[in-house]
Amino acid sequence: MSVAATLESRSLRIGAHTRRRKWIGRAVVYLVLGSFAILYLLPLVVMIFTSLKTMDEIRSGTILSLPLEPTLEPWQVAWSSACVGVECLGIRGFYVNTIVMAVPAVIISTLIGALNGYALTQFDFPRQRLVFGLILLGAFTPYQAILIPLTKSLGSFNLAGNLAGLALVHTIYGIPFTTAFARSFYLSLPPDLVKAAKIDGAGFFRIFYSIVLPISPPILVVSIIYQFTGIWNDFLFGSALTYGEGAPIMVALNNIVNTSTGEKPYNVHMAAAIFAALPTLLLYVFAGKYFIRGLTIGSVKG
Amino acid sequence: MLRVASVEKTYGTLQVLKKVELEAGQGEFLVLLGPSGCGKSTLLNIIAGLDTASSGDIIIDDNVVTDLDPKDRDIAMVFQSYALYPSMTVAENLSFGMKVRGVPQGEREKAVVDVAKILKLETLLARKPSQLSGGQRQRVAMGRALVRQPKIFLFDEPLSNLDAQLRVEMRTELKKLHARLGATIIYVTHDQVEAMTLATKVVVMHAGVIQQVGEPQEIYDRPINTFVARFIGSPSMNLLPAKLDVKDGRTIVRIESGGSSVELVTSRSASDGVANAGRSVLCGIRPESILLRPGGRKPAANEIEVDIDIVEPTGSDNLSFFRIGAHELLARLPPGSSSVGGRLMLFFPPEKLLAYDVDSKQLLF
Repeated sequence: MSVAATLESRSLRIGAHTRRRKWIGRAVVYLVLGSFAILYLLPLVVMIFTSLKTMDEIRSGTILSLPLEPTLEPWQVAWSSACVGVECLGIRGFYVNTIVMAVPAVIISTLIGALNGYALTQFDFPRQRLVFGLILLGAFTPYQAILIPLTKSLGSFNLAGNLAGLALVHTIYGIPFTTAFARSFYLSLPPDLVKAAKIDGAGFFRIFYSIVLPISPPILVVSIIYQFTGIWNDFLFGSALTYGEGAPIMVALNNIVNTSTGEKPYNVHMAAAIFAALPTLLLYVFAGKYFIRGLTIGSVKG
Repeated sequence: MLRVASVEKTYGTLQVLKKVELEAGQGEFLVLLGPSGCGKSTLLNIIAGLDTASSGDIIIDDNVVTDLDPKDRDIAMVFQSYALYPSMTVAENLSFGMKVRGVPQGEREKAVVDVAKILKLETLLARKPSQLSGGQRQRVAMGRALVRQPKIFLFDEPLSNLDAQLRVEMRTELKKLHARLGATIIYVTHDQVEAMTLATKVVVMHAGVIQQVGEPQEIYDRPINTFVARFIGSPSMNLLPAKLDVKDGRTIVRIESGGSSVELVTSRSASDGVANAGRSVLCGIRPESILLRPGGRKPAANEIEVDIDIVEPTGSDNLSFFRIGAHELLARLPPGSSSVGGRLMLFFPPEKLLAYDVDSKQLLF
């Protein structure tokens, strides 16, 4: 064998060796990732399986067994005829409640946050940092501690016990977060932009909606997702500030579970829970990539 | 047209502008020139109304505008970063100012078309800023200022984000534009070549103080103090310690050179008392003022024979370093005329010699 051929076969062997090591490394990575994915998805799988089973099947099978005779009846029951407290009209109405309350709260808090962030970064005024610090303080408020005075105040405005009051509370407690998001985003705006608009003759609000807002979608998406998830999933304010028919979805879900006497219809509970989780789930699926992108803006020079 | 009346600006204890007095006439191309941090951009922002002066006034056309908003000053500004509105097309960028001011649509469109023609932007009107090259963005930024036909144009280092070649092109374009429109322009730059080529009047600033105001050539030929002398001109002026003296009725400078001394006659007569004998000065001469003379003979008046230490050929010149005593000097000699270690006869023309007071750093003659 010539020297060249020896060298070649040796380098081939080394090639095969490193390839094998690379393959093993990759397999380990996928194994770990896969195990975690299964671990996290398992509860969802259990919920979906259970919601598609009849009560008989739930009693006889295990928690992980496949639904042998899938049925959508529990879903129908959860949606329109499950008993929430004394009424048995399903979660439908509460779904509407939550949307009616959450959508304005999300939009208003996001817009006010954006306006705050814009004012805090693009305009000079005395004690700017102090103002931001005070706004941010709202983000660290322990909600349980302020619950009673909050209810009292809403009561004196005739807003206690209804959805408008709840929307107002969510708006106000969202503003510190949306302001912080918007501020960090607007800090990366070139200051000349607003200067140029000032010279062009635009005022504070004109600059905001003509120049600043059109380039804000990345941070608006972050703000909207954050606010919507928070408000949709809220239980504390919902249970304290509303009652009966006027409750938001999470409170209703809790009530469904508590209302059942005798045997618990797990299939209906699971279906109702999935219904309740669906909007936030869909929001993440469709807007999640903007969320991640928006969160990293400002941290990395963009 | 524009008057800046004893404007001062302080941030806390830091004074960035000190008693700035400035005047620009109709059609003037006034360049504020200085190193970064000299206060020139702050001054421009104060003129624009984007920043407020701590004291003093801005007067445009006999109206005190000090307390007016930028929009009420009838000015337009071009920014270093261009500051185009990212969400708008070129046409929308150009017409935004008019739209805000409620100019009717027909008029807006006409103005946009006119300016687009001047700046060759016709084919780009529907594009977004992100789809433009640096030079195109620059032109849109200028267009946004032009379209409003303001009393005064303010330029804040508008060319410094462009690459070298484009910068030179745009400089020429800008000069043509000024000649054509006869506009009044206040232009901030740290680039002395831009200042020299564009300005009808240069204002050299340093540490918040105006050092010298004058036509470019005047500033180049007779820098009023050593700061301006060093700052203007590239390579910069030779400045070397010397003593004044009088000889045959003329003022001379005497430069120490390793025990002995070199004498250079100036164009100044000795009669006016500036040159009391022995006064310490900094003697200034520009590298290109030093001339090459045929060697191999005894030096005549103002001729010095030197050894060349370093040569930096630039193609058009040989930048040649040499010493007189302990002082290093630079002469800009014709290409191929000097080589390292060569001995050359150099002539220092009397009318090109400047003298600065050693303490006050001010020009004596």
